[in-house]
Amino acid sequence: MSAALEAKLGRAWKKPPFIANPVFRWLLIGGSIAYFVVALGGIDVSWDRIVKGMAYGKRFIFAFGEIFGAFYDYISDLFPDLFGNTSGRDPNDSRWIEIWTEKEIIKGLYESIVMTIASTVVGIAISIPIALGAASNIAPMPVYLFCRSIIALSRALNEIIVAIILVAILGFGPLAGFITLSFATIGFLAKLLAEDIENMNKQQAEAVKSTGASWGQWINFGVQPQVMPRLIGLSMYRLDINFRESAVLGLVGAGGIGATLNTAFDRYEFDTVAAILLTIIVIVMILEYLSGVIRGKVQ
Amino acid sequence: MPTHEKNGLKVWQVRETKAQLIRWGAWLIGLAIFIFAWKEISDNTLWFMMDNVGEVVADIAGRATPPAWSFILELGGPIWDTLAIATLGTFFSLIMAVPVAFLAARNTTPSRVFVRPIALLIIVSTRSVNSLIWALLLVSIVGPGVLAGLIAISIRSIGFCAKLLYEAIEEINVVQVEAIKATGASRMQVMVYGIVPQIMPAFAGIAVFRWDINIRESTVLGLVGAGGIGLALQSSLNVLAWPKVSLILLVILVAVVIGEWVSAKVRGAII
Amino acid sequence: MLELQGLTKIYNTGDKALSDVTLSIPSGQVVALIGPSGAGKSTLIRCINRLVQPTSGSATIDGVNITALGAGGLRKARRKMGMIFQEYALVERLTVMENVLSGRLGYVGFFRSLFRKFPQSDVDAAYRLLDRVGLLEMADKRADALSGGQRQRVGICRALIQDPSLLLVDEPTASLDPKTSRQIMRLIVELCSERGLAAIINIHDVALAQMYVQRVVGLKLGEVVFDGGPNDLTPAVLTDIYGEEDWEATIEKVDDEDEDT
Repeated sequence: MSAALEAKLGRAWKKPPFIANPVFRWLLIGGSIAYFVVALGGIDVSWDRIVKGMAYGKRFIFAFGEIFGAFYDYISDLFPDLFGNTSGRDPNDSRWIEIWTEKEIIKGLYESIVMTIASTVVGIAISIPIALGAASNIAPMPVYLFCRSIIALSRALNEIIVAIILVAILGFGPLAGFITLSFATIGFLAKLLAEDIENMNKQQAEAVKSTGASWGQWINFGVQPQVMPRLIGLSMYRLDINFRESAVLGLVGAGGIGATLNTAFDRYEFDTVAAILLTIIVIVMILEYLSGVIRGKVQ
Repeated sequence: MPTHEKNGLKVWQVRETKAQLIRWGAWLIGLAIFIFAWKEISDNTLWFMMDNVGEVVADIAGRATPPAWSFILELGGPIWDTLAIATLGTFFSLIMAVPVAFLAARNTTPSRVFVRPIALLIIVSTRSVNSLIWALLLVSIVGPGVLAGLIAISIRSIGFCAKLLYEAIEEINVVQVEAIKATGASRMQVMVYGIVPQIMPAFAGIAVFRWDINIRESTVLGLVGAGGIGLALQSSLNVLAWPKVSLILLVILVAVVIGEWVSAKVRGAII
Repeated sequence: MLELQGLTKIYNTGDKALSDVTLSIPSGQVVALIGPSGAGKSTLIRCINRLVQPTSGSATIDGVNITALGAGGLRKARRKMGMIFQEYALVERLTVMENVLSGRLGYVGFFRSLFRKFPQSDVDAAYRLLDRVGLLEMADKRADALSGGQRQRVGICRALIQDPSLLLVDEPTASLDPKTSRQIMRLIVELCSERGLAAIINIHDVALAQMYVQRVVGLKLGEVVFDGGPNDLTPAVLTDIYGEEDWEATIEKVDDEDEDT
């Protein structure tokens, strides 16, 4: 038996700690706990208000259940064969459609969708040149810095804040929302696309260059085919995000369904709230499914 | 190889004529949808208002500068609240997201038919509703204040964290799990020894990533009354106190940039 | 004593991986399982500890019919079967010591294992095994800091600390260089004879198998087509298992290599 083994036998074994320095480790643990206690303790909780609010919460949950039922009835009327539904009701008479038309959900939703599409298209169109400019292996230094600062600015500014500023300048309406979303798309898409271009296979791009291709041809044949699948995937993902964001821009007056939602909350009309939320969830699910299918096809 | 006849000669082209037509058709439809969407926006815009946009911008910029620097002392509390909402919200959402992720991942869910769809439903419904909407709902339930913001951020982040986490769980190396199973370990032991160590880096990355996003989101929650610096922004906007507004925006910008920097550093250290 | 009776596995896709395998391995015997890729070697040993559920047939170890066990009984039975994997299958982000001790999971309760409070006897056994394979100094290193050969040694320790009566070894050398492969094979065979363990070793390197084992079983399309001593492996037998090829070179190579070891 070796001496090293003998020294260890009979001694307890402990897993070596994640942070080796004990002082630093205990400072970190103690600091975290202290922050947690102080931060949590600093939150005002008004139990009276919560007890009162629980009634609203209950109403919301019931409303959501009811609206979900109405939505289910509508779908099963729409596709009777799929659900084995033999009632033969006209789907247009359903409660779901009634809520939709009565509260002008359709109008707000329509505006949200329009804003989403327009801003995604414009955002992508602007993102592509900026992404090329922000890829360090393609762009010269001054262009690189310029494009990177546009991206940084777009990422640092929250959509809602941009929307507030734009509404102050342009007035209420979907134009402010459209510009907000286009601008936010640039920060997201151009950054990820630029990273993708920076990570692309150099040999393929060099092979095209070595044939004597011009800069435009080089981008077209050497770079574009490599980043195209990712561009399509990211665009679909951004379409999804833009739709979700468009639903809240209305809170600050920048168009879309958010305004309807805000009014409904102010008036405690929880059935309208539930109908809008359900619609948003369903549309997001459909968009996610579609983007999954499209991404599967291009890759 | 797809070709077409031109002056009696075969000319190579990238795609078959039919495929080419379908592509052009798709582009055309896409363009039509875009033009239609743009026209809708344009119709809902009062373009004559745009004539003096330059003046409006100059006017607001003039009023907003210089920022009301002295006001910064009053922003300490709101910034603390914002940070608390983001940090505690991330913490609570992770506690809820972990079980949801294990129930949603194909390789760990107890039942693919019953449990997994419910877990996926939780993920998609918390994810697709923006935190501001959650905040609106919670303000009406628990009343205005930091608590509403905290719960809103916690709920909103469940879906995001659980989705990334369950994808990480599905991508683990199954042989390492098999090896632990083969020792006669119980289901829970397999989880603790075979699965958890493998997803730890992903988990830490997701936590900081979401914390960064939550800082951004919690800065605006105050606009609907859910606490933090957004509350100060809202009240300054209401009285058109532009110098205060510009200062608040500057503070938010700095907070967001610091948050992103910290998160990038921590993620870099983990990976 | 391991007894396989008509073991058959048909995957959901309809592929028949094993058909009617009947095999008997006495205690202390080391058996090499050879055969082309897809012959069902991996499936066979995974059917024995039921990482793969056999479709029909039975596997009996020391009188216990493993195929008939419920979840709890299966865990108990698995403790008696150590498994060694091709890609080592160490949990890479855990330390060497944790990986070795994970072999005792079947014996300790959940909370003890969660807080890493293993009984002192297990800790001592782990140190002894690590010392035996020459990795005592590495005990608190993380598994992903080790080389391939070192990782496989840790894998062997994890299997042996279970105190098994049977070792299931799946391609132990496939990811290793030739020299390390030999060291690992020799170590496995030595440890088996020290402890009187039976072992089934899946291996695609026929020459290496011949050097170390007492018995060779050839598998082809899920059926046993050869069962005999290492010296009974003739070119004709290999052709039967793997298909037409010049086998003289492979067999001769064994003799050459023997000289320089």
